[in-house]
Amino acid sequence: MEQQQRTIGGYLKSNWFWLTVNLASSIPLILLIWDFAQDTLSVDPINAINNRTGRAAIVILLLSLACTPVNTVFGFRKALTVRKALGLWAFFYAGLHLFNFVGLDYFFDVNLILQDAVLKKPYILAGLGALLILLPLAITSTRSWMRRLGRNWKRLHRTVYAAGGLAVLHFFWQAKAAERIEPLLYALALALLLILRIPALRRAIVKMRTQWLGNRSQPALEHR
Amino acid sequence: MVKTHWSEITPENIYLNRRKFMVTGALATGALAMAACGTGQSAGKAAAGAGANQVPAVQVYPADKLPAALAYADPFASTGKDEIGDSLNKFQEITNYNNFYEFTTTKEDVAREAQGFAAFPWQIEVGGLVNKPKTFDLDEIYQKFTQEERIYRLRCVEGWSMVIPWVGFPIAALLKEVEPQNAAKYVRFVSVMRPDEMPGQRMAILDWPYQEGLRLDEAMNPLAIFATGMYGKPLTNQQGAPFRLVVPWKYGFKSTKSIVKIELVDTMPPTAWNTAASNEYGFYANVNPTVDHPRWSQSTERRIGELGRRPTLMFNGYAEEVTSLYAGMDLAREF
Repeated sequence: MEQQQRTIGGYLKSNWFWLTVNLASSIPLILLIWDFAQDTLSVDPINAINNRTGRAAIVILLLSLACTPVNTVFGFRKALTVRKALGLWAFFYAGLHLFNFVGLDYFFDVNLILQDAVLKKPYILAGLGALLILLPLAITSTRSWMRRLGRNWKRLHRTVYAAGGLAVLHFFWQAKAAERIEPLLYALALALLLILRIPALRRAIVKMRTQWLGNRSQPALEHR
Repeated sequence: MVKTHWSEITPENIYLNRRKFMVTGALATGALAMAACGTGQSAGKAAAGAGANQVPAVQVYPADKLPAALAYADPFASTGKDEIGDSLNKFQEITNYNNFYEFTTTKEDVAREAQGFAAFPWQIEVGGLVNKPKTFDLDEIYQKFTQEERIYRLRCVEGWSMVIPWVGFPIAALLKEVEPQNAAKYVRFVSVMRPDEMPGQRMAILDWPYQEGLRLDEAMNPLAIFATGMYGKPLTNQQGAPFRLVVPWKYGFKSTKSIVKIELVDTMPPTAWNTAASNEYGFYANVNPTVDHPRWSQSTERRIGELGRRPTLMFNGYAEEVTSLYAGMDLAREF
């Protein structure tokens, strides 16, 4: 492993999954910048930025929540190496989403945001709640914070599920009746991911997998 | 802070789509032929016919027979502002951001999805509680009713708005022709049902065909019009060609597109969005900044082409003309 990392080829070989996931996560951003520069964000760019960043944030957040269950069910340990990166990407898109809302849509009119949005639109509160939960998680995502918080780190980072729930609720609440299928699918995915975390179920799945695949599920070497 | 204006996306001349290009071409050829031999009518027809042969997919109204108010080759409006000083939205903004669920729920894609829609020939059946039920051909609509420019603000229930130079005529003028009976209290409008040409109608998004309604006195208000065009040209398919309703003091979804049937009735007719979600969309759907949508505020709106938000005006700024229609009504309850 150590030997491999010294060459570029070796680095790519051991980090290809992490690199691919990060590259893929940047695609919505690249497309957004591209369309912004070309002025092809439709005649309502604020709405386009809003939809794109919001969707990217929710999808990537759900993917970050899928990492652990993917390892549980399929024994794909590399999934664990991208959990943090996906979480940070989700936070980044959520931050852009908020900036678009505050800056471009409401043009930094704090009073109007309070009177017109925060106090009157429950879906805004849900979205804001999700972002406020993600903020400390993003800050404490480093190894040093992990060490400093010890056991509490895991407790703190479990709140990501609340963020996921609020984000999906936010999406559902603002959608018209005819457009609720997509948020409902996300809610379903979130519920499934939560169910897969139930300790008893998790142990049962791991046990079944080890029986089927035998030695493939030995304790893992952390790749990153 | 933003150096390029949002709305300056594509120059208007590039925007002329296949059909408009054809109409323009036919108009020009027709005009040339008229000048050359003086037999304007037949030469113009021949030119329009030749145009139709080149693009057989969709038939369009013969350009030489269009009334003057709809016959401009390039987008035309008599003024750049509405009566309260708001600038008109650009032709390409208005024709590329459309809520027309019969085609698709994506506003930016309706223009593309609607290209194959045949808005000609077209007939509008007017019946119900009237003395003289009648089916109007588009020709007759164009000729019988003076087509005039009406610059109106359009406020969508989703919280965005535009200023649009429609061309059309008052609903009252058409209703007068069919003589509503005393028992008639409401007017029902029904959109075209063509799942073959309208992909959205193949899905159960709403209860198709789209239908809407107005109280008879609302329909008779001089502000309420049937639009046949915009910016001096016939309506584009994505706007509800060739014949739609425009009720500027109500949220946009009341303004039924591509109407084929108008019926005078004695009871409040069911309406598409009210049927889909009665707690969110009422029958009246008057623009009202003090009555919030169950999920969000209606007190501000985003004008397409602008950054930031502007306050929403009572009855979309037409309070003087329409407030009397709702005297004694609790507008929060009858929303």
